[in-house]
Amino acid sequence: MSQSNELTLSREDIVRLSERVEGAQTRAYAIPKLTDEYPAMTIADGYAVQSELRRRYLAAGHRLVGWKAGLTSKAKMQQMGVNVPSIGFLTDRMARPENSAISTADLVHPRVECEVAFVMKKDLHGPGCTREDVLDATDYVLPAVEIIDSRFSGFKFDLASVIADNGSSARFVGGGRARYFEELDLRTLGVVMEKNGETVAMGASAAVLGHPAEAIAMLVNILADMGEHLPAGSFVMSGGITEAIPVKPGDSVVARFQELGSVSMRFV
Amino acid sequence: MNEEKIRQYGDELYECFVARKTVPPLLEREPDITLDDAYRIQLRFIERRVQAGERIVGKKIGVTSKPVQDFLGVFQPDFGQLTSGMVYQEGDVIDLGSLIQPKAEAELAFVLKHDLKGPGVTAMDVIRATDYVVPCFEIVDSRINDWKIRIQDTVADNASCGVYVLGKTKGDPRKLDITLAGMVLEKNGEVHSTGVGAAVQGSPANAVAWLANTLGELGIPFKAGEVILSGSQSALVPVVDGDELVCTVGGLGSCRVKFSGRSAV
Repeated sequence: MSQSNELTLSREDIVRLSERVEGAQTRAYAIPKLTDEYPAMTIADGYAVQSELRRRYLAAGHRLVGWKAGLTSKAKMQQMGVNVPSIGFLTDRMARPENSAISTADLVHPRVECEVAFVMKKDLHGPGCTREDVLDATDYVLPAVEIIDSRFSGFKFDLASVIADNGSSARFVGGGRARYFEELDLRTLGVVMEKNGETVAMGASAAVLGHPAEAIAMLVNILADMGEHLPAGSFVMSGGITEAIPVKPGDSVVARFQELGSVSMRFV
Repeated sequence: MNEEKIRQYGDELYECFVARKTVPPLLEREPDITLDDAYRIQLRFIERRVQAGERIVGKKIGVTSKPVQDFLGVFQPDFGQLTSGMVYQEGDVIDLGSLIQPKAEAELAFVLKHDLKGPGVTAMDVIRATDYVVPCFEIVDSRINDWKIRIQDTVADNASCGVYVLGKTKGDPRKLDITLAGMVLEKNGEVHSTGVGAAVQGSPANAVAWLANTLGELGIPFKAGEVILSGSQSALVPVVDGDELVCTVGGLGSCRVKFSGRSAV
């Protein structure tokens, strides 16, 4: 895979790959990473496939509710050889209510991560969007759990493939307590994830690029590269504070956040 | 282990501490050494420091996280003694020349306003007896070659205690969620690792209660005014000349420390 940001795929290939990803997402099966067939695929190609995937979902009546940042920890970025996060889109079909039973039958190999989520009150436009711009445009923050699910066999992928697969986005649960960011220190929020009553992951919010709003600023700047912006009302997840924990039917998950309450769900 | 050997190993560790040298693991030389023997060796080591003019000012709790317990093959924490010679104030520069193979860890320290004596102490009793909590750094150090420790080695070696630094921001544990308070450790201006109070025995107060009960079995109370380091919430950070570390506890405050000089190893 090339790190260059040139588009190498033809329009035909982009449509073909977006259909392939849509099939894997909708019918929950694993596919080989896209770069097996297109080794020259770039990050720009990945976003082109993701945009086509989004167009297809929206044309089918799904509603775009927000975005998510991924690869926001230094360790993950180094592992993937990049210095910016990846982004993915979120639709109403991915949302699950707090305290609900989440079906795993329509997922391939789900994992859960704790994140700080932002809800925006103003439009944000890049490039040049900063952490301060993000905070200025934030209505409130809340705790969230993202259920990621790579559609690639064995969670084995490269950056271009994972971007085409919408950053492994699958489901999300927002909950807990909505708060004004001014009342919190968004860098030092402690988080504990419990699975079946046992602590399985811990951390503090500075694990996300030093400050979660930094990830949102980068997300807005990536949107600007694609000629898009982050509209008011968007729900935005800033990236995993904790490592991703696999879940299976029967598992019960509670994410406990300092100052923000908790988010719980079970898997069936 | 007979009294003579206990004395011999306690003296050996004290002499290592003074000369800033290390020795092979005790367990290599005494395969049958028990945890009880190890605590008796620790008492002798500390006795020598007190004879040399130091005072006991508190306790430290170690081996409080599941990964460290798994690594050492134990299911409970350990403890060591804090002495007056280990104390640094926030803003001081720690002289690495006084240490052997130091590593830093970020913790929450408790300072008591009432005596607390186990057995039968709960986490609720701990909060009630606490005057305040502060963010702190413990600089652990080992008198054992290359940190090749098993539980008996670290216990005999005063739970690998080196020196410690208390932050200045005092918090009331009734106003702070010590279980969910995040811990951010920065090294030279960059986030090094993050953690949370729950990493320590489910809550730092649980670790303090464990120690109150463990000491209670031996007839030793926690005294009002004593400092108790409750256990690491961060990864271990090796430190060298010029390094600056800051730990910040969410809802509480920070502790900042600088290092200069060269450690023995």
